[in-house]
Amino acid sequence: MSTRKRFSWYYFSSPQSFYPLAGALQPWCAALAVLFCGVGLYISFFVAPTDATQGEAYRIIFIHVAAAWMSMFLYLVMGFWSGVGLVLNTRLSSMVATALAPTGALFTFIALWTGALWGKPTWGTWWVWDARLTSELILLFLYIGFIALQGAIDDQRRADKAGAVLALVGVINVPIIYFSVKWWSTLHQGASVSLTSAPTMAKTMLLGMLIMALGFWMYSIAATLARVRCVILERERHTDWVAAEIDGLA
Amino acid sequence: MIRALAWVLRRDLLLAFRRRGDVANALVFFVIVVSLFPLGVGPEANQLRNMAPGVLWVAALLACMLSLARLFAPDHQDGTLEQMLLAGEPLVVLVMGKVISHWLVSGLPLVLIAPLLGLQFDLPGNALAVLSVSLLLGTPVLSLIGAVGAALTLGVRGSGVLVALLVLPLFVPVLIFGAGSVGAIVAGTGADAHLLLLVGFLALALVLAPWASAAALRIAME
Repeated sequence: MSTRKRFSWYYFSSPQSFYPLAGALQPWCAALAVLFCGVGLYISFFVAPTDATQGEAYRIIFIHVAAAWMSMFLYLVMGFWSGVGLVLNTRLSSMVATALAPTGALFTFIALWTGALWGKPTWGTWWVWDARLTSELILLFLYIGFIALQGAIDDQRRADKAGAVLALVGVINVPIIYFSVKWWSTLHQGASVSLTSAPTMAKTMLLGMLIMALGFWMYSIAATLARVRCVILERERHTDWVAAEIDGLA
Repeated sequence: MIRALAWVLRRDLLLAFRRRGDVANALVFFVIVVSLFPLGVGPEANQLRNMAPGVLWVAALLACMLSLARLFAPDHQDGTLEQMLLAGEPLVVLVMGKVISHWLVSGLPLVLIAPLLGLQFDLPGNALAVLSVSLLLGTPVLSLIGAVGAALTLGVRGSGVLVALLVLPLFVPVLIFGAGSVGAIVAGTGADAHLLLLVGFLALALVLAPWASAAALRIAME
């Protein structure tokens, strides 16, 4: 046994040691989120040029695209941590998965809502049964199913594991759903408008979009860390260190 | 393993046969839901023909989902499920047996009666054949995916509504290609691609779903 102090990845897998780390990281992520979102919004509303075909209404895309990216990415992250929690039986992984779900659902909802707001002036309709819209809607259902399942099970361990199985089944299904929906809408009528065939973007537009995505990324981390801290306190409330922590707060 | 499979199959079929009313209920539900649509949207033949694949498939989805409550819950209540978990045979095999019997009891009758209902919607002969084939390929997938949902919600409060929330989004690909195959043959483009994809879903679900269900059952019984 070497006495050399080694950095262990498992050190932070204990809720007790992760709690202060999350607390230390969270304000930084929150500050970065405010910064990036501020800069991103400034670029998207004041710097980026007006789109030649879509006018000013296109600017909602900056929020929309970033939210849509996050909604899909967060589901993958949730599936990953669920899998880790199921395989390695680590409590913290399941807690992180639980904490990610509401943020993911929020971004899915934002993506759908801003998409509708963008669709009205551009496509002339709030909603079309386009491949992307439909698969995003189903993604929202999957998030809600995950949250509802965890909420319905009183036994915490069982809720974690059942949610993990559901999230993993969902991760396998998301690409299937995505492609089936895609083929379904193209089999009947060609998609009239798609994001991929849009004219190549100006550099500032792309920059604004990337900065917005970074801002949302930071927000997701900050929100998840804040939520996971609450989850840790709630679930570990019978332990001494939480009691000490609460006493310190009071 | 084959013997265990046969035993579960025989037992579940026997139980279903003893309670024929439960089986008939799901079937009657299917027939009623399908028959409600012409009443709701009007009896115009062209419109009905366009709607038929979607209506029949959605009704099949709902009927299959309703019968999921019978898949594990009774065995869970009387303790049989616990004994199955303790048995020497792999749980996956036992789950497979239960899924097969669930399909035979609640999926197969839908497949058999669907052409009759298709006639009510004025579907042509080749469309009826494709409808039967697509249901024959698709309903086992519904049973397999449904088993995962049923196992996850076992003994959970409000499990009836919850299982719908979990399972229906996962049914979407089957619905799209099941209804799509009939739509394609009506439109004259041929249904092969859709049916092949349904076979693909069936293969994938056969490989993955029993394991997921078994894992979910273990979690539920912990």
